[in-house]
Amino acid sequence: MCDQTFVAATFGPCESCDKASPLMNIYIKTEAINYCSFCVEKMACQGLQAGESLASLKRESESLKKKLDEERNKLNDVELNKVAEKVEVLSALAIKTRRVLKGHNNKVLNMDWCKDKRRMVSSSQEHGVSLPCTWVMACAYAPSGCAVACGGLDNRCSVFPLSMDPNENLAAKRKAVAMHTNYVSGCTFTNSDMQLLTSSGDGTCALWDVESGQLLQSFHGHTADVLSLDLAPSETGNTFVSGGCDKKANVWDMRSGQNIQSFESHQSDINCVKYYPSGDAFASASDDGTCRFYDLRADREVAVYEKDSVIFGASSVDFSLSGRLLFAGYNDYTINVWDVLKGSRVAALFGHENRISRVRVSPDGTALCSASWDNTLRVWA
Amino acid sequence: MTSISNLASMRRMVEQLKLEASVERMKVSQAAAELQQYCLQNAGRDALLVGVPTGSNPFREPRSCTVV
Repeated sequence: MCDQTFVAATFGPCESCDKASPLMNIYIKTEAINYCSFCVEKMACQGLQAGESLASLKRESESLKKKLDEERNKLNDVELNKVAEKVEVLSALAIKTRRVLKGHNNKVLNMDWCKDKRRMVSSSQEHGVSLPCTWVMACAYAPSGCAVACGGLDNRCSVFPLSMDPNENLAAKRKAVAMHTNYVSGCTFTNSDMQLLTSSGDGTCALWDVESGQLLQSFHGHTADVLSLDLAPSETGNTFVSGGCDKKANVWDMRSGQNIQSFESHQSDINCVKYYPSGDAFASASDDGTCRFYDLRADREVAVYEKDSVIFGASSVDFSLSGRLLFAGYNDYTINVWDVLKGSRVAALFGHENRISRVRVSPDGTALCSASWDNTLRVWA
Repeated sequence: MTSISNLASMRRMVEQLKLEASVERMKVSQAAAELQQYCLQNAGRDALLVGVPTGSNPFREPRSCTVV
C-alpha cells in the first residue's frame, strides 16, 4: 500500500474504525465526516454491504442482546447466598474509629494507601499540592511509594515524586502525564511506577507512559462519564474494570483496548468499582443505593447488597483482605459492612459528619480508612 | 448525528455484542463455591474480620499521625 501524504487539520479517533489517526475532514451532502484515510477509501469503494441497513443492524443488536441474557440466565442455577447458607454466621465485629485525621481544610474527596501500609495520600477540594484546579478527584500512590499521581477538574493527571524534605517544593517537580478532554475521575498506577491508568468524564479510560506522557492505549465504550476504575489484582493480570454514569461496568483488556465484558444492572450512576481479592469478581457502588457483586467467570451479577432503610447513594466500596466483608460508604454519612457471601449487613459504622467520599482497606488488611466531606479521614480497626 | 456514523456505531455495537455473547461462562454454583472457598481460606488472615491479638495491631495503640 503506498504512503499517502495529505494535509490533516485534525487528529483524533476515526468515526468509523475508532483508531486515533490524522482525520480527513470531508463533507458528504453538507454533513461532516471525520474518517481516517483508510476508512474514506473503504467507504468510497464498498458502500453498504448487501442487505445491510440501520434497521437490520438494530434488529440484529436486539436479538444479540436477548441471546446474551438467555445465555447468562441458563447458568444461573443457584444464588450466591444459597450456596453460602452452610457458612457460619459472622460474629459481631469489633471495629471502631482509632484515628481521626484533620489535616484538610475542605472536603476530602479521595485517598489511597501506600504499600508500606502506614502512609497514605489524600486529595481535597482545595489547593493541597498546588494543582491549578479546585477539585482534585483522583489520587493514587505509586507501587514503590516514591510518587503520587493526582488529577481532577484540570483534565490532567500529574505525577509528583515524593521526598521527606519538608522544604522541598513538590509542585515544581510535578510532571503532567495524562490529558483528557474532561475531568479526571480516577487514576491508578499499573504494576510499576511507569504506567498510569486514568478514567475521565469524557467517557474514556486511558493508559499512559509516565516518563514520556505518551498515550499507550485508549478504551472507548462507555456512553457517559467514567467515574471509577480498578486494576485486577493478579501480577500477570492485564485487565481492569470501570464504572460510569451510563450505569454500566465494563471489563477491559489493557493490551488490546478491547471491552471484554459488560454488566448493566444498576439503576443509576456507578460511583465506584472494586475487584474481589481473588480477581474473579468485582463489586460496584451506585447512586441507586445498592452495591452489587458480579462474578467474571459466570458473567453475571450474583448478589445485591441493599436494605429498605438504605436510600442514599453509595459512593465507594472496598473488600476486606479475605473478601468476606464489603465496606461501603454512603451519602448518609455511614459506612455499611456487608457479608459478601450471605448478602446481609453485619455492621454500620457511624462517626463522620458528612458524606463519605472514599473507603479503602489497608494493603495488609488491618485497617479501613474513610475519607469524608466533613474534612476528615478516619482510620477504623 | 450523521446517518453514516450512526451506521458505523451500530456496526460496532453489533460486533461488540457478538464478542460478549461468545464469552465462555461458568455455572453460578461453581463460581459461588470458589468465591466462598477463597473467603474461608483467607479468613484467618483477615484482621478486620477476626481481629488480631491486641498489641500487634499498630492502629489500636493511642498514637498520633503526622502530615508528611
